[in-house]
Amino acid sequence: MEQVMVKKQSGKRRRPALVAAFYVLSTLLVAVWLMPLVIALFTSVKSMDELMGNAFMWAPPRKWIWQNFAEVWQRVGMSRYVLNTFIITVPSVLGTLFVSSLAAFALAFYQFRLNRTLLIMFIAGMLIPFQMLMIPVFRLSDLVGLRDSYPGVILFHVAFQLGFCTFFLRNFMKQIPYALMEAPRMDGASDFLIYRRVILPLSISSMAALGVLEFTWIWNDLLWSLVLLQRDVLKPVTLGLANMQGEFISNYNMTAAGSIIAAAAPLLVFLVFQRFFISGLTVGAVKG
Amino acid sequence: MDRVGIIKREKVWWVPWAFLALPLLMYLIWVIGPILVSLYYSITFKDSIFYPKGVRVVWLRNFIRLATDPQFYLALKNNLIWLAFFVIVPVPLGLFIAMMFNLEYKGSRLYKTLFYLPMTLSFTVIGTIWAWIYHPDFGALNTFLRLLGFESLGSTPWIGDKRYMTFALVFVGVWRQVPYVMILYLAGLKGVPVELVEAAMIDGARWGQRFRHVVIPLLAPATVVAVTISIIDSLRAFDIIYVMTNTKARAAEVLATYMYSSAFHYQDYGYGSAIAVVQFIITLGFILIYVSNVLRNELQQ
Repeated sequence: MEQVMVKKQSGKRRRPALVAAFYVLSTLLVAVWLMPLVIALFTSVKSMDELMGNAFMWAPPRKWIWQNFAEVWQRVGMSRYVLNTFIITVPSVLGTLFVSSLAAFALAFYQFRLNRTLLIMFIAGMLIPFQMLMIPVFRLSDLVGLRDSYPGVILFHVAFQLGFCTFFLRNFMKQIPYALMEAPRMDGASDFLIYRRVILPLSISSMAALGVLEFTWIWNDLLWSLVLLQRDVLKPVTLGLANMQGEFISNYNMTAAGSIIAAAAPLLVFLVFQRFFISGLTVGAVKG
Repeated sequence: MDRVGIIKREKVWWVPWAFLALPLLMYLIWVIGPILVSLYYSITFKDSIFYPKGVRVVWLRNFIRLATDPQFYLALKNNLIWLAFFVIVPVPLGLFIAMMFNLEYKGSRLYKTLFYLPMTLSFTVIGTIWAWIYHPDFGALNTFLRLLGFESLGSTPWIGDKRYMTFALVFVGVWRQVPYVMILYLAGLKGVPVELVEAAMIDGARWGQRFRHVVIPLLAPATVVAVTISIIDSLRAFDIIYVMTNTKARAAEVLATYMYSSAFHYQDYGYGSAIAVVQFIITLGFILIYVSNVLRNELQQ
């Protein structure tokens, strides 16, 4: 009975009313949802005169003043902040991919008593509130001279992101047939060689997906730079923007241009690697 | 002979540990260790952690102080508001939008992509943009309200007024959370035939029935994840509040920001750690639900 009813409405004979409702509703929804971003874009290219004169923030600018971006990039120093973010993000992502691949390999291919316990530890660790780590990490970094330095932030990111990355990569490696491990062993290959020559090459695609997600997360981080970096020359773009928010409180075209600059890299990465992104975000959501 | 070789090698118990050495060491230093240290700091006095020789253990005094601190209750209350809104709004709305986009009509991929966009932005960027939208005089929100004829409402300082600020900030968080929940549901819907969802969406009379008996059970795992993750995210809220109020608006404080200002503005590390411990304990329950759900899914496989 259920089957028959389902079949009747399937496929080609879609109801025009439903299709129309879909397009109207979807368009409306997306338009409303993205309005803040449209406003930010328009604001970033308006002059202050126009911003104060024309009440409608959502109106397209009368004159597009791209100069605002140049000004934020150079005078306010966004270029430096963006560079700093790259300096922090790239090694953090590469580091966490490498270190977590080691852990994932061990958890995926070996049976030992603490295997499950360690997996739980990694999964639970990725969800812990940051406040629980802040003071000890701050103090530790201070003690060993890593506070106010890039290695301090990078090492923390590598370590903290291990939780999610290990979980993600281990799930992927679990799907690799165990025979691929055994065959080279028969030929006398060491386990490390198998990791490096067999498993890692097979995992490259999932590591790329993970890398895309991690790049965005670390790029977007504010808290850990806030805690660990004091000198302005070291600050990443999120912190630079947050400071700008305070200083240039009345120059909204400048802060808007700054936020677009800060958002550019993750946005670009998302648009190019969209599918990777989604697969990463839903790990653990459906199939474990 | 080869056979013997394999068995022998399998018995080398330390091989997995050789691979785990570096990751575990780093995890112990930067994650597990700090959790334990924070637990310890929460029973010490003030800034004594910076004078290791003079650490003063005060046992539960920090927690007793918390129990009589109105600011703590305010932060806790605000966290509960965040939590409630993070479940009530994004879960049903995210489910509805996922079901709609899942119809796979021409162009739904583009809609999905556009709808995801807020997810990719940092809270700093989001906070900066929304602070401008909430501006009492020039902000888009008030302009819009005035346009609709709500003159008095249209001059509200949304993040400057005690009564509204938490709701204004939660709204921004929800704006970003809905696309996330939608992603989770879209993944969950992969196992559900499109026709079924379509039927559920148009069949007025049987809608409730089908929805209850067909769609909901199939989406139960995705729902558990969406709810627990949203709750954990709501308890972690920090960046939006920091960026939009500079943690100077005490009325908008949540546990995470109260902990930050106690520790890093007032150098009250013991007290800050105690707040972190409370936040941790509240979150822990939901983390356990999430982890057990993940493990259960895996056993089913």
